[in-house]
Amino acid sequence: MDLVQVDSIRKTYCLGGVEVHALQGVSFSIAKGEFVSIMGASGSGKSTLLNIIGCLDNPSDGSYMLDGIDVSTLKIDRLADIRKHTIGFVFQGFNLLPRMSALENVELPMLYKGVKASRRKKRAMEALEKVGLEDRSFHQPHQLSGGQQQRVAIARSLANDAPLILADEPTGNLDSHTSEEVMKLFVNLNEQMGKTIIQVTHEPVMADFGKRIIRFMDGKLLSDELVQRA
Amino acid sequence: MMNVLETVRISIRALKANKTRSALTMLGIVIGVMAVIIMFAVGNGANIEIAERFASLGTNILMVRPGTGRGPGSATRGTINTLVIGDAYAIAEHSSAVAYAAPVSYGNAQIVYGNANYPARVTGTTPDYFAVQDWELASGRVFTDQDVRGATKVCVVGQTILRELFGGQDPEGKVIRVKKVPMMIIGVLEELGESSRGDDQDNVIIVPVSTALRRIFSSPRPDSVAMISVKAVSENHLEIAQQQIENLLTVRHRIRPGEENDFTVRNLTQFIESAKSATNVMTMLLIAVAGVSLLVGGIGIMNIMLVSVTERTREIGIRMAIGAKRKDIQLQFLVEALILSMLGGITGIVLGIGGSWVISSGFGWTVLVSPDSIILSFGFSAFVGIFFGYYPAWKASLLSPIEALRHE
Repeated sequence: MDLVQVDSIRKTYCLGGVEVHALQGVSFSIAKGEFVSIMGASGSGKSTLLNIIGCLDNPSDGSYMLDGIDVSTLKIDRLADIRKHTIGFVFQGFNLLPRMSALENVELPMLYKGVKASRRKKRAMEALEKVGLEDRSFHQPHQLSGGQQQRVAIARSLANDAPLILADEPTGNLDSHTSEEVMKLFVNLNEQMGKTIIQVTHEPVMADFGKRIIRFMDGKLLSDELVQRA
Repeated sequence: MMNVLETVRISIRALKANKTRSALTMLGIVIGVMAVIIMFAVGNGANIEIAERFASLGTNILMVRPGTGRGPGSATRGTINTLVIGDAYAIAEHSSAVAYAAPVSYGNAQIVYGNANYPARVTGTTPDYFAVQDWELASGRVFTDQDVRGATKVCVVGQTILRELFGGQDPEGKVIRVKKVPMMIIGVLEELGESSRGDDQDNVIIVPVSTALRRIFSSPRPDSVAMISVKAVSENHLEIAQQQIENLLTVRHRIRPGEENDFTVRNLTQFIESAKSATNVMTMLLIAVAGVSLLVGGIGIMNIMLVSVTERTREIGIRMAIGAKRKDIQLQFLVEALILSMLGGITGIVLGIGGSWVISSGFGWTVLVSPDSIILSFGFSAFVGIFFGYYPAWKASLLSPIEALRHE
């Protein structure tokens, strides 16, 4: 069964009285275990799409089935529930909470899920091991490099054992060497743990780490193709 | 749903991150609670002091004075001469609820012994007066009813006289001159200390009422007295005694129905009540002022929480993205406000207790920090936290995660 199934999704914003059609009828589906890169120029609607896939926003029209549940019309608090069980987020700006250790940042999603403290710590530690940062668990974000911060963020996205990881320009703030390390980590998570990964990027090099590339332009699907491995 | 203990931990962490601001925010509550605690303590202390001072006078005492007791100058001593010595004897004899009744006549006189002299207060009364006042003698004896009948020239002196005129030597049997009347000292009063008004109660000589009126003051109406001091059988008999005295004197003074009494009976508890209600009004006013500062403190909390919500918009966005519900966010900010206000409340209580202590030791005032005032001010500060924390928390919970995440 497909994990993500969007069907004729439209999203219309009202910005200062002007209607903006960010998404104009987009359909595709992503199966479990895929690693998809979504590409497009800014304003192409890829961020809007990611917000909808990430259950941070509802589509104006069309349906979105996530893991067999129609989430396109769910209320905000139900969406929060879906998010914490199904989706792990990785952001361009890392978005770790300052003044909290790496371990506590990774624990955070489990906190909102109601996982007990001892179990939370254990699983957060495991997640940090998976991204190779177990020896940095008590460092605060400002004591970590950009790449390390992003790895903590990835560990956080693993914390709730969500099947889907959404990464919004995960390498946008990193140098090319670190970017490559982060992408290899994603590939690893995809191949070893079977995580479904959807990343938004505008760098072709990073997009090529995925198995499939969906391109957007002006709120419409431009192309959808598998990456040819040399 | 996140558990409350975790929320408290998260909130404490957020408050710690901004120590100075948190402390300043609390300050309003601290000052308000401190003021409330101190005002209550001082007010309670004043009431205790009043009760104690009156209790030292005896709680089952009634005072009968001439005049209606209403209007200016209505009970001015010396101008109305309606109470006579016989009234006191009649009250003692005929009122079952009365244990003792003593007529009292006052005056001031220069006391001379040898070549020393000292101004003192002369109280003319009967032996019952000592029983009414619960006064004991340090030495010697009290004059008798026989002495009263015969207007004998004997007296009992207070400790001040003893000190001033006799240098503490035993004065018994010595003769002093009171307005040129030679009086023999037959007893010395125990130490009485200051009265509630700050008068020296020991600067007194007590003589038979007849001696005072006829011989010392040569009163034109040697029967009429300034007041009659009455002691009821017990505190519970005060009202009955008061009624009996009024009935008796109405008959004795031939007051017709419809006419106003020419005397007034009052009991001390009425004085206590009126004095207490005066301090209570004052205390309430001060507490109201303190309450206003608590309110201002609450508004301060709301202000800071609103700033905090704006500042931490991104944090709120992150928390929402990884699964926090609106309720979780709301709870977090509400708990932060509550912790601020309760911590402020506790600090205020501690400082209030300390401040009360400083006042009591510094000014010598009686203060009492009552548990009521602690519970009340703590409860009120918690209420302020919830009340003023609710709006910012609610605002935080309404943020859209997308907007919040985009916030720089």
